[in-house]
Amino acid sequence: MSEQTIDGIIEKYRGQPNSLIHALVEIQHENHWLPRDVMHKVAAALQVPFAQVMQIASFYKAFSLTPKGRHEVHVCTGMTCHLRGAAKLRAKVEELTGLKDGETDADSRFTYETGACLGSCSIGPELIVDGKHYGRMTPEKIEDVLKQYE
Amino acid sequence: MPKLQSAAELEKYRAEILARRDPAKPCIAVCVGAACDGMDSAAVAAAFVAEGGKLGDKIEVRTTGCHGYCEKGPNVVVTPGDICYFEVQPTDVPEIIAATLKGEVVERLVYKDPNTGAKAVHMNEVPFYKHQTRLLIGDNPKIDPMRIDDYLAVGGYAALVKALTEMTPEQVLDEVKKANLRGRGGGGFPAGSKWETTRNAPEKTKYVIVNGHEGESAAFMDRAMLTGNPHKILEGLIIGAYAIGAQKGFMYTRHDMPLLEKHVRNALAQAKEYGLLGQNILGSGFDFECELHFDVGIFVSGESSALMRSIEGNAPEPRPKYIRTSVNGIWDKPSNLNNVETWANVPQIISKGAEWFTSIGSEKSKGTKLISLSGNVVNSGVVEVPMGTPLRTLVFDIGGGVRDGKILKAIHFGGAMGGSIPADLIDSPLDFDGMSKLGAPIGAGGLLLMDEDTDMVEVARYLMDFLVNESCGKCVPCREGMQQMLHLLTNITRGEGKPGDLERLEDLIEVTGVASLCALGKTSGDPLKSMFRYFKPEYESRISGGSAGK
Ligand SMILES: Cc1cc2nc3c(=O)[nH]c(=O)nc-3n(C[C@H](O)[C@H](O)[C@H](O)COP(=O)(O)O)c2cc1C
Ligand code: SF4
Ligand code: FES
Ligand code: FES
Repeated sequence: MSEQTIDGIIEKYRGQPNSLIHALVEIQHENHWLPRDVMHKVAAALQVPFAQVMQIASFYKAFSLTPKGRHEVHVCTGMTCHLRGAAKLRAKVEELTGLKDGETDADSRFTYETGACLGSCSIGPELIVDGKHYGRMTPEKIEDVLKQYE
Repeated sequence: MPKLQSAAELEKYRAEILARRDPAKPCIAVCVGAACDGMDSAAVAAAFVAEGGKLGDKIEVRTTGCHGYCEKGPNVVVTPGDICYFEVQPTDVPEIIAATLKGEVVERLVYKDPNTGAKAVHMNEVPFYKHQTRLLIGDNPKIDPMRIDDYLAVGGYAALVKALTEMTPEQVLDEVKKANLRGRGGGGFPAGSKWETTRNAPEKTKYVIVNGHEGESAAFMDRAMLTGNPHKILEGLIIGAYAIGAQKGFMYTRHDMPLLEKHVRNALAQAKEYGLLGQNILGSGFDFECELHFDVGIFVSGESSALMRSIEGNAPEPRPKYIRTSVNGIWDKPSNLNNVETWANVPQIISKGAEWFTSIGSEKSKGTKLISLSGNVVNSGVVEVPMGTPLRTLVFDIGGGVRDGKILKAIHFGGAMGGSIPADLIDSPLDFDGMSKLGAPIGAGGLLLMDEDTDMVEVARYLMDFLVNESCGKCVPCREGMQQMLHLLTNITRGEGKPGDLERLEDLIEVTGVASLCALGKTSGDPLKSMFRYFKPEYESRISGGSAGK
């Protein structure tokens, strides 16, 4: 994504310290992560201490402080998926990718995250790759799914 | 589209839409709601568009939000006749189109009873649907959420017209009060009195807000409504703003649902284009704007004061309860917050009247309730029934009972701040007060079935783990109390529980409940309380025996 778009977002909130979270949400949405230099720009433009920007950015799950891999692998750990065996899916993804929750591999192929219910509980347990849902997942099927993502 | 300048113009436009539509022309509604989408209903929809396109104008294909029966997606409904096809694959498409054109039915794709083999073709014969009263979700198959005209075609914005042209704000407020509409977001608080408090607050600037956060685990009905029929919620909000005297509204929802975001953004833009938002709505002199806002991925952002802090651009930390958001909300202005489903009820109350509304439901809980039915249930999905419906109807008649022929052990309501009741309370009615007394408050409406293999200690541990991660961490009792409870529960699940652990847990529930600032901490021990009330022997035997019991 272009630097221009990020700068555009930052400009919109210049001089408005109260809009810190708005600005970060928008940048995250566009860029999928919050680079350090961008957070410095946000701090300067919105007139908030850099430490505060960092604090907000690191606390909330919506924000990512590291670049994401080419593909985002998400295992739902919501209650229905949990009751229907999400733990086994997690174990399998972790075994196949060697990643723990929140990590990205060295070749930036996958970022792996567990997280909240995405509203498709009826087809849980679920694996979600780049926003595409794979419902009624079993550990055996995961390898074939991940193979499609290089 | 030129702005609609008056109620008459809107009604004229509606008549034009209806005149252009031929009710006899077959329409194929493909669900692309969250669950069907996960079963690749987009490919099914694409196949219908491609095949249907070859026929010129003989058939209409519509992509829609959640139909309800998510378990059996991808779902397709063909009108006229509301013929339901389940688990449709792209390869089935030519056959469905051919049959539809001939007025026939593809028998192999209709509902078949798993026990008797009896078939059900039409929606009102399918067991999952026929025991429901689908006042709110029922329009979903008729609406492409990206097209405001579809909403107008089913009578959308007629309630707004009525409110603006035939009623004073006081009369609208009065109707909602008389309807005894209770908040659907968890508390069951009367919406009318909340509206009145904000209306009567002296400040001129007032806000109205839709709580579409839906962070409760395994609750998905609010997102099904908001994604599938965003204009219904918006219409309710505009009517509420008129009654309350608010000039500005906010829709607050999840940042992680791209389709929801797309539909809501589009709905707001279309409403503005048509003159249903903005200055001088339909020539009534009433001005109202609405903005979309996103959460930051933490459950407590759904709590009223935290949500308002979040809209202000601050960290979503709850404020003490003595600050009433109805009077001191966003930027300290009077702000009225209601849940998605609460707002969705407003248009029909205005159109059909309080008397009609109060004829549905139980004595103290009126209207219908949307339920997200999931867990170890045969038929998972979004269900809508009158308040007061026995849980048995939900679980067995609609839900089809427990999966894999297992036995029902418990019913859990209300997510991490709710509770579990044993199977023998299955005849209890779905009712705000009744369920709270049993220790399983309806909450937002997530109902989970748990089968005989469910480890109730693990359920409590899981829920506590969820809350520990979702607390904002502002107050010590919540942070520390929950950590300690989690620690003890984890030990018990590992077979390392010690005598006295249950008493310590009881103390911690008490202290955390009393000393936490917001309802997250205050009710964090509620699931555990219900466990001690109904499933204590299981906990005791885990401590003395160690192994997981049934
Ligand atoms: C931790 C926590 C999370 C909540 N999450 C939601 C939510 O996601 N959606 C919702 O409508 N209400 C939620 N609530 C309840 C809201 O605080 C508020 O009571 C509700 O939105 C009011 O709307 P209603 O009166 O229409 O129910 C939550 C409450 C707490 C304590
Ligand atoms: S009770 Fe918990 S979630 Fe609520 S304000 Fe305190 S720390 Fe935050
Ligand atoms: S619990 Fe996994 S999608 Fe809802
Ligand atoms: S998502 Fe298709 S029926 Fe619910």
